[in-house]
Amino acid sequence: MVRWILIGVLSLALVGTGFWGYREHQEKNAILIQAENTYQRSFHELSYHMDLLNDQIGTTLAMNSTERLSPQFVEIWRLTSEALSNVGQLPLGLLPFNKTEEFLSEIGDFTYRTAVRNLEDSPLTEEETETLKQLYSQSGDIKDELRQVQHIALENNLRWMDVQLALANPDEQVDNTIIDGFRTVEKSVEGFTEANSQSSVIGRTSNDHKYKYLNGQEINEQEALDKSKEIFNVQNEDNLTIAESGEGSDVPMYSISYHNDEKRAYMDMSQQGGHPLSILVSRDIAQNQISLNEGAEKAQDYLKSFNLENMSLFQSSEYNNVGVYSFLYNEDDVRVYSDAVEVKVALDNGDILGLSTNNYYMNHTDRDLKEPEISAEEAKKMVNPNVDIQEEFLAIIDNDLGEEVLVYEFLGVLDNDTYRIFINAMNGFEEKVEKLDGTEINFAAN
Amino acid sequence: MTYRRVAFLLMIICFSLAGLQGESSIKTVNAFSEQVIQHGAVGDDVIELQSRLQYLGFYNGKIDGVFGWGTYWALRNFQYEFGMEIDGLAGQATKDKLVKASNYDEGYVKGKINKGKDFTHYGGVDRTGTPADPQAETPEETAGEDVTAVNVPQGYSQNDIQLMANAVYGEARGEPYEGQVAVAAVIINRIESPTFPNTASGVIFEPRAFTAVADGQIWLTPNERAREAVLDAINGWDPSGNATYYFNPDTATSGWIWTRPQIKKIGKHIFCK
Repeated sequence: MVRWILIGVLSLALVGTGFWGYREHQEKNAILIQAENTYQRSFHELSYHMDLLNDQIGTTLAMNSTERLSPQFVEIWRLTSEALSNVGQLPLGLLPFNKTEEFLSEIGDFTYRTAVRNLEDSPLTEEETETLKQLYSQSGDIKDELRQVQHIALENNLRWMDVQLALANPDEQVDNTIIDGFRTVEKSVEGFTEANSQSSVIGRTSNDHKYKYLNGQEINEQEALDKSKEIFNVQNEDNLTIAESGEGSDVPMYSISYHNDEKRAYMDMSQQGGHPLSILVSRDIAQNQISLNEGAEKAQDYLKSFNLENMSLFQSSEYNNVGVYSFLYNEDDVRVYSDAVEVKVALDNGDILGLSTNNYYMNHTDRDLKEPEISAEEAKKMVNPNVDIQEEFLAIIDNDLGEEVLVYEFLGVLDNDTYRIFINAMNGFEEKVEKLDGTEINFAAN
Repeated sequence: MTYRRVAFLLMIICFSLAGLQGESSIKTVNAFSEQVIQHGAVGDDVIELQSRLQYLGFYNGKIDGVFGWGTYWALRNFQYEFGMEIDGLAGQATKDKLVKASNYDEGYVKGKINKGKDFTHYGGVDRTGTPADPQAETPEETAGEDVTAVNVPQGYSQNDIQLMANAVYGEARGEPYEGQVAVAAVIINRIESPTFPNTASGVIFEPRAFTAVADGQIWLTPNERAREAVLDAINGWDPSGNATYYFNPDTATSGWIWTRPQIKKIGKHIFCK
């Protein structure tokens, strides 16, 4: 009897210990993942901030007015401190990375000094511009190296926990891509002796507001279904499902989805007037048969079929046999950046894969266009004289305060970079300067 | 005797035919395809365009097969110098002018691209050391193989896209395509929102923000579809209706999330403000 009780108690204890051990193991894993995530975050943020830093320094080179330069330097200063704190959070204690940190604080010091100085009275000297150029190319090298390391780390699922272990065991032969990468970064800085994502302005409004241009009658579900049959080009309603949006939606709409064996399609349609706000078609895409240029014509025709007139092609890009186009509304040769529409075309057979008109219906109104008060020639004088202006347009953009302003838009080249510069057409204020990229070395091909 | 003569004649005919064929294949290798090449295009035609422009001294960037800004300005300058309409499009007339004015040796250019990445001086180098032998090269390459760059949306790197694709795949791999785009759009809406971090990595790795990050599922290798969804979201598609939160009603543990104004349901996820 006693024996049985003993066996019972012991086996209970055994099960208990097992359970406890399992719980401990689970917790340890959870904490490991959390620590890993913190490292990963700092690492990815570091490379992002370096990229942005490089971009911002590059943009500075094309700026002219002090009203723009001072805030820009402040932005760079902020970015260097962000990047520095990212470096500080990485387990690089045993890896010599101080040159890079010095480099970062050097940029910080330089930009801080120039930011607080009154640039009106003492503008940038030639030496300082030279220093800026040097910082630009150096930070470009670092950025490329870091992006490369990041690519390898993402591709091979490298863990910072392993880096930490590798660094903690100096006896073992260290063969770790991350460590090697950081050493290369450090090397590229040794030769040196002495900002929020600026994603494109297009379609971005700083404050959300009501949709301004949804006209027409309210439609019911059946009408919406009929319309979508036409848009999706299907005969029956069997594979269509429709749902109404909830109270949190910016605007009341129907969401219609369709699928068959080959593809699925999805559309948001406004209840007011039944305008398609967003269409997405997903299917496998074969090798290119038509060119990006032919695709643009298809996209343009498609817009016309929805009575979206006066839209001019603004940008086109080819990604994996898909052409992505953005169009801007054009009124009397003034292009309106906030009234943007995007179209996606499959380049294998020219089918439309997507449409996004949210920005258009949100921002478009009948505008009362004013005449510019200064001439294009006067506006050009406001642009940094080092920039070689190649193209000019009149445009309406949202400025930093979220107001629509009429601007001269200049596309210009400085060294090997292209910049888009907006000068206010009323008072000559330098509203925005953007460095344009849009292409990148294919890391995967290396 | 006559038999030998006939054989000899046949051989001559064969050889000359082979020669003709060789010649015609050289010609086809050196010509653009039919398409009008425009900004944003990718592929062999762009490599040829860049090489020819570089040969003439208009283009001094890398021959990478992606029609970016550098190529655009080079083309416009070419059109300007040759008195053509300046539109930045390589149409038939422009291509004809280019072919007439420059030489292009596809085998040489592509061999260089494949060997080293920094290939920026076509036309300016002495090439006597490497006699061009088009027949030795294999023109049977799949299009785009030599392209060494990619288009990325303004302000994003491939790595940012990859990281977001990881997150989307970990969070929504079982969801319909529009559901994946919506999840990617939520990440972007958060980057733009003042109440969340300002970087993709900041938003994704914010503690307790995404379950896929907390349990390590983010490190599954994403498929092509997830990447495409992220690209669509970056390029302006937002099926979530401007949402900054979403949850799965079957597994959600927080009662707070139910108090958010809901926008819509896609697949298993409810998207809300």
